[in-house]
Amino acid sequence: MAAVFFVVTMVMYFAATVSVLAYLLWPSEALSKVSLGMTAIGFAAHTIALVARMVGATNVSPPGFHEALSFFSWMLILVFLAVEFRHRLHVLGSFIVPLALVSLVSAAALPETAPSLNPVFRTLWVHVTLSMLGTVGFAVAFVAGVMYLIQDGLLKSKRFNVLYSKLPALDFLDHLNQQSIVTGFPLLTLGIITGALSAEFSRGSYLNWNPEQTWALVTWVFYFAVLLGRLTMGWRAKRAAYLTIIGFAGVILTLIGVVLKSHGPVS
Amino acid sequence: MHIVVVGLSHKTAPVEIREKLAVPESRIGEALTRLCSYQGVREGILLSTCNRVEVYAVVDEIEAGYGRIQEFLADAHLSLSSEQLTPHLYWHQGDRAISHLFRVASSLDSMIVGESQILGQIKEAFEVALTHKSTGIILNKVVKKAISVAKRVRTETKIAEMAVSVSYAAVELAKKIFSDLSEKTVLLVGAGEMAKLAARHFIASGVRHVRVTTRNPQHGLELANRFGGTAVAFEQFREEMASADIVLVSTGAAHYLVSEEDVQRSVKQRMNRPMFLIDISVPRNIDPAVRHVDNAFLFDIDDLKARVEQNRGGRLQEAEKAEQMVVVEVGIVRRWLQSLEVTPTIAALRTRVDDIKRAEVEKTLGRLANLSASERELVEGLASSIVNKLIHNTMVTLKAEVNSSEGAAFVEAARRFFSLGDSAVSNVNGSTSSAPETCHPPQEESKDAEEVTPRTGSKTPGH
Repeated sequence: MAAVFFVVTMVMYFAATVSVLAYLLWPSEALSKVSLGMTAIGFAAHTIALVARMVGATNVSPPGFHEALSFFSWMLILVFLAVEFRHRLHVLGSFIVPLALVSLVSAAALPETAPSLNPVFRTLWVHVTLSMLGTVGFAVAFVAGVMYLIQDGLLKSKRFNVLYSKLPALDFLDHLNQQSIVTGFPLLTLGIITGALSAEFSRGSYLNWNPEQTWALVTWVFYFAVLLGRLTMGWRAKRAAYLTIIGFAGVILTLIGVVLKSHGPVS
Repeated sequence: MHIVVVGLSHKTAPVEIREKLAVPESRIGEALTRLCSYQGVREGILLSTCNRVEVYAVVDEIEAGYGRIQEFLADAHLSLSSEQLTPHLYWHQGDRAISHLFRVASSLDSMIVGESQILGQIKEAFEVALTHKSTGIILNKVVKKAISVAKRVRTETKIAEMAVSVSYAAVELAKKIFSDLSEKTVLLVGAGEMAKLAARHFIASGVRHVRVTTRNPQHGLELANRFGGTAVAFEQFREEMASADIVLVSTGAAHYLVSEEDVQRSVKQRMNRPMFLIDISVPRNIDPAVRHVDNAFLFDIDDLKARVEQNRGGRLQEAEKAEQMVVVEVGIVRRWLQSLEVTPTIAALRTRVDDIKRAEVEKTLGRLANLSASERELVEGLASSIVNKLIHNTMVTLKAEVNSSEGAAFVEAARRFFSLGDSAVSNVNGSTSSAPETCHPPQEESKDAEEVTPRTGSKTPGH
């Protein structure tokens, strides 16, 4: 059953992506409703798929990248629906839904995890969930940053096109950026701590400076600096937008690296 | 009975006349009572804003009604004679009066097309009229409809989103930088007309903190008082700029007052919070190089004008859509008003009961195949007599009440009891109709009153 709903989700997200991108260029507001409807149906299907998988699992399996990415995509849409519901910010979907689709397609490309009985991996669930929640925060910050730079560019060049009219005010985007990092950062911090604990359990050391751990720490330091800079040195607006885009690129690279290492010839 | 409007607006009368005619809110009730005391005025509502003074009324006779309302308007201000008013007034009746009301409510007739204030003002005028029971079944429906048309126009067209004045375009741009203007501070540099107008628009859009600086400190103080803000010494305004989110510059200076460095410094002091600079001066007072400063957004008069031009095209399209909506909605109201005419109602009632009677008689006779001709006649006669007795009172009442002030309400009731009318009409009827409240208590003043025949053309003679 999970597989069927997973496919339904992908189809809906794909249709919604086409629709949200068309919405960006089309002056009419009508498409936003269509897109929202398809996203909501996709989200419902995805929720069922995730629950069915959890219920269907007979033994404790460690979370793999398939689960992580699928969960990431689900959380992204959840955040989008929440923001949309609160602020009626249709245009946010034009950026988040495609990202969720990419994440879901990546999930589909990866094998689902094989059952394993190793009790050590139980703590991994917590680690993966927290890290992914932190990453969702950074993803939203990234999207807000991209939207900020587009709107900033349109205002500076005085191009008042359809996109300009649909994008929200700059300070709203900056605020969204800030809130996302403020939320994401503590989650990532907890994710790293639980990761270190898992590593201690399984390998006997909290940190052995392997590439993914190193990258995770670099990411943590980077976002810590971004947050600190914003609070103390006025790293907001355009600079914050650039920094969060760079930061998220780093996060993605880490993920790709880790995935390749686990599934590629290295492992 | 006819719907008429007599009034003047920013399009037909200068402000000197409009301000004289404007009725203060506290005295509208009293004015309505006076309006309704005129012979032949059945319902009335008074709309008085800074841009228009209009009386919508239901009158027995168009020409006489026009005269009464004009008299009423002139009476409101003793220094104006009825003749002096004439060149500034417009008179509409029937469809055109309804269409006028719909257009006014939808802000298609406003000075700034698409502004939202007028709808609130109409609602207030209607409230006052309801309180003073100066409206009845017709105006109640028409005004309610006008309010719903205006809402439809606002939600279905983008007319309200398009800024069409330079000063308002500045506000519209500011809203793309700051989502909430109420916490923002405007610094007004100089006292150019356009800048003052823009400042007023900002205040109307929620800005609460205004700071003013002018070369002449006295002048600055006065302006600050007028905007409920504070004055800043002109020599220091560059240092004060960092505290302003929106800087409006409009002075007569022939050189740049604000340099790139000034803005750079301000943005830095603001910890990179965005700044919106508007230069409405010609020659320009802000160095155009400010464009290169990150998080500072500079717009000069040409930028604003370009924005307005772009909007104007869009607004024309949107206004066109809105006008079409108005035409459709007027049609709906017209059909409802026509349904209030007595003669067609009686005819429709007759047809309806005859149809029912025929169908029922045929059904029964079909079952009683072996009746003789005289017996069949008897059955038909029975049906006819029941039907006629049932509707007799309704017919008589309708005819009798034609000329009373409650005539329209009776017709409406008959229409609903016997479900006479098309879907469009029942659409108008959808709202709960209150008991007919009229200006006049029912009285026998209308021997020569006309039938309920709203027309678009000239006055219809009585029957």
